[in-house]
Amino acid sequence: MRAAADLRRAEAVPTNLIEARDVVRSFGETPALRGANLAVAAGEIIAIMGPSGSGKSTLLHCLAGIYRPDSGEIWFDGERVDNWNEDRRTKLRRTAFGFVFQFGQLVPELSTADNVALPLLLNRVSRKEAYARALSWLARLGLEGLEGRRSGELSGGQAQRVAIARALVTGPKVVFADEPTGSLDSLTGEQVMDLLVDSARAEGTTVVLVTHDARVAAYADREAMVRDGIVTTHQRVGAQA
Amino acid sequence: MSVPVTLLGLLERQPSHGYELKREYDAYFGRGKPLPFGQVYATLSRLVRDNKVEPGEVEPGDGPDRKRYAITDSGKAEVEAWLDEPVDAEPYLQTVLFAKVVLSIMLGRPPSRYLDAQRAAHLQRMRELGELRRKGSVVDALLADHAMFHLEADIRWMDVTEARLGSLTDLVNQ
Repeated sequence: MRAAADLRRAEAVPTNLIEARDVVRSFGETPALRGANLAVAAGEIIAIMGPSGSGKSTLLHCLAGIYRPDSGEIWFDGERVDNWNEDRRTKLRRTAFGFVFQFGQLVPELSTADNVALPLLLNRVSRKEAYARALSWLARLGLEGLEGRRSGELSGGQAQRVAIARALVTGPKVVFADEPTGSLDSLTGEQVMDLLVDSARAEGTTVVLVTHDARVAAYADREAMVRDGIVTTHQRVGAQA
Repeated sequence: MSVPVTLLGLLERQPSHGYELKREYDAYFGRGKPLPFGQVYATLSRLVRDNKVEPGEVEPGDGPDRKRYAITDSGKAEVEAWLDEPVDAEPYLQTVLFAKVVLSIMLGRPPSRYLDAQRAAHLQRMRELGELRRKGSVVDALLADHAMFHLEADIRWMDVTEARLGSLTDLVNQ
């Protein structure tokens, strides 16, 4: 009986999907992170906020395995991953993570459909299946009819929607979004955030969002403040400040 | 919200009974705070007294509300003047937020702790308004947008204040 109760209690505790532990990262002589700690639960949407130069984007890049910390640890899905070699971390990024950046960063020579199918093709998914899934995601994000366009023929909002489709098409566990609406006007930014958040929630995808924009941060379940390379608040929704 | 001039504006669109005015007012302007019937009729009485509105003949039928009110030329002029006049752009220099920051410094308490708590409270309210914006009508969305932009302005003020805490602390502690 007691073992069953312990098991139920253990199941009730939310597990962290991704975590930074005492992460330090410098660029030359300039410290960007000075012992940052952050834990994000599976399915959670978290906004990392802070002044320019506070280290919030560096924290995202460390969590995403793009930067390797100088010291400290990154854990993902129960495994320490910061000490993996570059090949393993690249594979992790391709299979488990999706990315949305401020300017979309689509490949300009490729069509919209090519851009969305690309991560699947890199993961050796068959061409037929890759394009079927790409077209499905484009339709889901309201981009029917734009499959053949190059990124230069898209509006800023359309390009970000393509970037969201590309980020989610592999079925990642985590989407990292760095100022995803930074180049958009308010209304277009809201439409992009609605799509990103609705899609992520429907898929159960965790989202780690870096933003300086309070309206964007308000889409998250909670926010973390980064100041001088340290996560200084870790406010839970509904918790007393 | 100025109730008399808003009712005048609704009457300029079309002559109405008191209950129709209340229904329209509540639908567009009274969200979360419906206009009491008593206030509708008291306001209409004052507007009649001031020649902004004229009551029609008592219409046959049941019920107490059988007068249809119509706006006068004087009433129309008031609506036009009100619409032309911008609302005072108040600088809000002495807000509660400002007072709490300065008092925190004066009392030797960390103002950043208060700012963090306030930012979290503002963001929580913005989440609630975001839900209203997503799930409500276009009227709900516009009202939520208005509130969210004001909250966002407060948060930007908090961010800048935090960046200036050093010099503010020096000034307050002089």
